[in-house]
Amino acid sequence: MRKITYQEVVDCVATLCQEANYNLGEDVFKAFETALRTEESPVGKDVLQQLVDNANVAAAEHVPMCQDTGTAVFMVEVGQDCHIVGGILSEAINEGVRKGYGEGYLRSSIVGDPLKRQNTGDNTPAVIHTELVEGDQITIHMTAKGGGAENMSDMKMLKPSDGLEGIKNYILDIVKVAGPNACPPLVVGVGIGGNFERCAFLAKKSLFRPIGERNPDKTIANLEEELMGQINRLGIGPQGLGGSTTALDVKIEAEACHIATLPVAVNLNCHASRHQVAIL
Amino acid sequence: MLKTIILPLDNNTVKELRAGDQVRITGTLYTARDAAHKRMAEALKKGQELPFDIKNQVIYYVGPTPAKPGQVIGSAGPTTSSRMDAYTPKLLELGLKGMIGKGYRNNQVKQAIRDYRAVYFAAVGGSAALIAKTIKKVEVVAYEDLGTEAIRKMEVQDFPAIVINDMYGGDYYQEGVDRYRKLGV
Repeated sequence: MRKITYQEVVDCVATLCQEANYNLGEDVFKAFETALRTEESPVGKDVLQQLVDNANVAAAEHVPMCQDTGTAVFMVEVGQDCHIVGGILSEAINEGVRKGYGEGYLRSSIVGDPLKRQNTGDNTPAVIHTELVEGDQITIHMTAKGGGAENMSDMKMLKPSDGLEGIKNYILDIVKVAGPNACPPLVVGVGIGGNFERCAFLAKKSLFRPIGERNPDKTIANLEEELMGQINRLGIGPQGLGGSTTALDVKIEAEACHIATLPVAVNLNCHASRHQVAIL
Repeated sequence: MLKTIILPLDNNTVKELRAGDQVRITGTLYTARDAAHKRMAEALKKGQELPFDIKNQVIYYVGPTPAKPGQVIGSAGPTTSSRMDAYTPKLLELGLKGMIGKGYRNNQVKQAIRDYRAVYFAAVGGSAALIAKTIKKVEVVAYEDLGTEAIRKMEVQDFPAIVINDMYGGDYYQEGVDRYRKLGV
């Protein structure tokens, strides 16, 4: 059985946290470039240009592009033919977050208790989802998820009779209500199906797919494109100041569900769509 | 056209501002977000004074990242203003003249902006590395234990913002979206 050390995980995670916050992904840059060509509002264009300039400064100076350096969220695929020596995976990830955020001058944005609200001071604990997969590698997907867009996210148990129209109307409603608060242009992550907790997970998972990459299921892919068109006709625009670029992309993940249910979750992501992946 | 604004604000400056004006702000402002607002509200409830003289001042809703060696401040973009709505009318009543953040204000805040002749600006959310370059001096003035949420006094130069809510009831979020909407909202 292949061995991966605790320290390898720690160092890998620390690097992911810093890279995610300093370097805006190629996919987001490309989406900004497209939006700069298509945006109808002059103010909207100014905002998009400011975001490109900001990302360039962040990358050049190794500083966070946004002061909200996020909740560190991990989706980890653990090959069942490998094992971690020297400690537990979740502890290694949290130590990596502590190291990455601390040494990288990233903000600590986590309170240890939702009611007492005392900042833990090192951005831990991270949110960690693990899945056992084939093979002897560990794939670590990381996102730094901002609080502003998370706050405007939502979930609803629709009725099966609400159907596709009900789903579309609900998603559009959430984007409308979010307006400027979620820092548009957005990446709209959607989960359809599963059950109550699984649906929210699917919405989050969809955000890990790069901008521009469609769901392999043709029906879902078409729905993504249709919603993208509708959202960009809402007029919200960059930063909610009006314009034709409200979403950079719409991502949908769908899964089996109970005969009585139609859960839909919308996880909004701000334009600082910060995702990194590493394989150990 | 860009308007230059010098802080602290006064009635003459505020009355010239209209929703949609793009501005560059220079002068001294104070930072406060969730936890600092909560503490200020508790202080007022106990009959205590606020930790700084709020008259004619501007509060910037921000929780910066830690400064790297050689930096004045880390990245420092606006946070969502609506979380401060519950505390804002009281501060406006006490003389606060302006706020910088991002996102909608509720009706009570918009009404208080009219009643007390104030202004609400938005800065570009997520433009934190660029905005930090307009911050020239920083000093923690209260609630240091809150870390990123402490109250800081900042000197800014040509800080970029846009007027969202003016003292006449103008609301640029509404105006902007109305102009570009092609689908029922």
